[in-house]
Amino acid sequence: MLEKTVVELSEALKLRKVSSVELTRAYLEKIGTKSKKLNTYITVCDELALTQAKMADQRLAKGEKNPLLGIPIAHKDIFCTKGIKTTCGSKMLENFVSPYNATVVSKLNKAGMVTLGKTNMDEFAMGSSNETSYFGPVKNPWDTEKVPGGSSGGSAAAVAADLCAIATGTDTGGSIRQPASFCGVTGLKPSYGRISRWGMIAFASSLDQAGPISKSAEDAAIIMNAMAGSDDLDSTSIRAPVDDYTASINDSLHGIKIGVPKQHLTEGLSIEVEESIRQALQVYEKLGATIKEIDLPNNHLSVSAYYVIAPAEASANLSRYDGVRYGFRCSQPTDLEDMYKRTRSEGFGSEVKRRIMIGTYALSAGYYDAYYQKAQKIRRLIKNDFDAAFKTVDVIVGPTSPHTAFGLGTTTDPVKMYLEDIYTIAVNLAGLPGISIPAGLVGKLPIGMQIIGKDFAEAKLLNVAHKYQKETDWHKMKPSLDFGD
Amino acid sequence: MGFNKLELTKVAQLARLQVTESEIEDVSERISEILRLIDQMQSINTDSIAPMSHPFDGTQVLRSDVITEQNSRDELQTLAPSVEKGLFLVPKVLE
Repeated sequence: MLEKTVVELSEALKLRKVSSVELTRAYLEKIGTKSKKLNTYITVCDELALTQAKMADQRLAKGEKNPLLGIPIAHKDIFCTKGIKTTCGSKMLENFVSPYNATVVSKLNKAGMVTLGKTNMDEFAMGSSNETSYFGPVKNPWDTEKVPGGSSGGSAAAVAADLCAIATGTDTGGSIRQPASFCGVTGLKPSYGRISRWGMIAFASSLDQAGPISKSAEDAAIIMNAMAGSDDLDSTSIRAPVDDYTASINDSLHGIKIGVPKQHLTEGLSIEVEESIRQALQVYEKLGATIKEIDLPNNHLSVSAYYVIAPAEASANLSRYDGVRYGFRCSQPTDLEDMYKRTRSEGFGSEVKRRIMIGTYALSAGYYDAYYQKAQKIRRLIKNDFDAAFKTVDVIVGPTSPHTAFGLGTTTDPVKMYLEDIYTIAVNLAGLPGISIPAGLVGKLPIGMQIIGKDFAEAKLLNVAHKYQKETDWHKMKPSLDFGD
Repeated sequence: MGFNKLELTKVAQLARLQVTESEIEDVSERISEILRLIDQMQSINTDSIAPMSHPFDGTQVLRSDVITEQNSRDELQTLAPSVEKGLFLVPKVLE
């Protein structure tokens, strides 16, 4: 039962084949036996989950037909949850209990979803391997010697290991799509502003976006119907109408034009990943798509521009952690200055401190034009490249990551780690939607394919992803969780 | 643009972070490497390009100037490391 999709579970709940309480208990039990090894959850909320499940069962008994009602979900520990710890993977917020819910959490609670717990993540979402978490790295369920990707690694691993039916994540430079790729699940980063950022702990405010990590594109479409939309509490949420993301999911792909960036199939890409993407393109050709090579000439500058813009915004956002109002405070400060410095130095991990310092440097007197403004100009060039490409194609397809999941502890050089996101970062800079779906296996490790769409074209992306999943079984592949326990 | 130990000390002070003597070499070397990656941006001319600060060149949304939030000071102060009589306590600033 636990391996089923939201669509299947919803049907079983409606037909009373299982109750939400039974389902919730089963997930909690599996979390109890399997999550420790994988380190997917930072907090498990048994009590809340069972209360919510009971309420969902009552609503189901009254004949309510909402497809998310009674479905157990895990939230990335970056979303504030009232009365439950929200750590953001950091010592700084180790004991922080939010006084309110993030809008995403409120909306999904209202839809009747059951919160199983909060998933592990890179500290303040800064990382591509989940190794920067204060609570220890998450292990990849397909191979526990490998990373799950990051920063939403706990969410991706929990979905892959059937430790929840679906999960939330956030994506600033690839943090939904890359772990989805490494864990063999579906991960959607919507357009910037499509989903409210209220109550989502800020990393880089012009890039951060919430989205679902799921077992299928269809499940992602269902939950997007509840997550998307403008919010008075987030002035950057987009005031554009929200599609019914399930309505067009079965549309024919006949005549659709798919662009393949030549920059995404170049050196550095593993042969196996390239081969899988080429095979996936053949599937699309069979479905009536035409494939065309496109040019994204400034893609190679995306990582450079991102590592100015994201740290600059982070240095401002993280200045709030000063030991005064909430979060960690160092012991016995001698004066105010000492309190600020030791609180922040002891409360933040080394990657977070590194990015704060890069951001501070880039914004400091004398360097603003050379760094921050230059990066914003490159950002414009990257957006222009996509605009030009979308004049001739409907969607863009390529790999999500240059290779499959890498070994835990093998990438200690920050620059090498940053280049992991070479195919995903430009999408955030341009504010576009992107989805990663499973498209093959190398040995026992999954390969992810990224599909990028025009502004607010989430419905088209989900349609293109769903049609592929109707033709292939990669998204149904499961890791063996035989850890010898 | 290099990043030497002096600059590291200055930036750490601006960011209110401590870098210990034993970390200073490693941290400045790491940041120098990252700045070399960032400096790849300088390889192209962007003189005629307008900077982009928002993906859709969005502008700030306005609403009428009315109070929408309740005062929840007491609830919020339960999260603070140290409070007294509705005030947040910090180490003494003035003697």
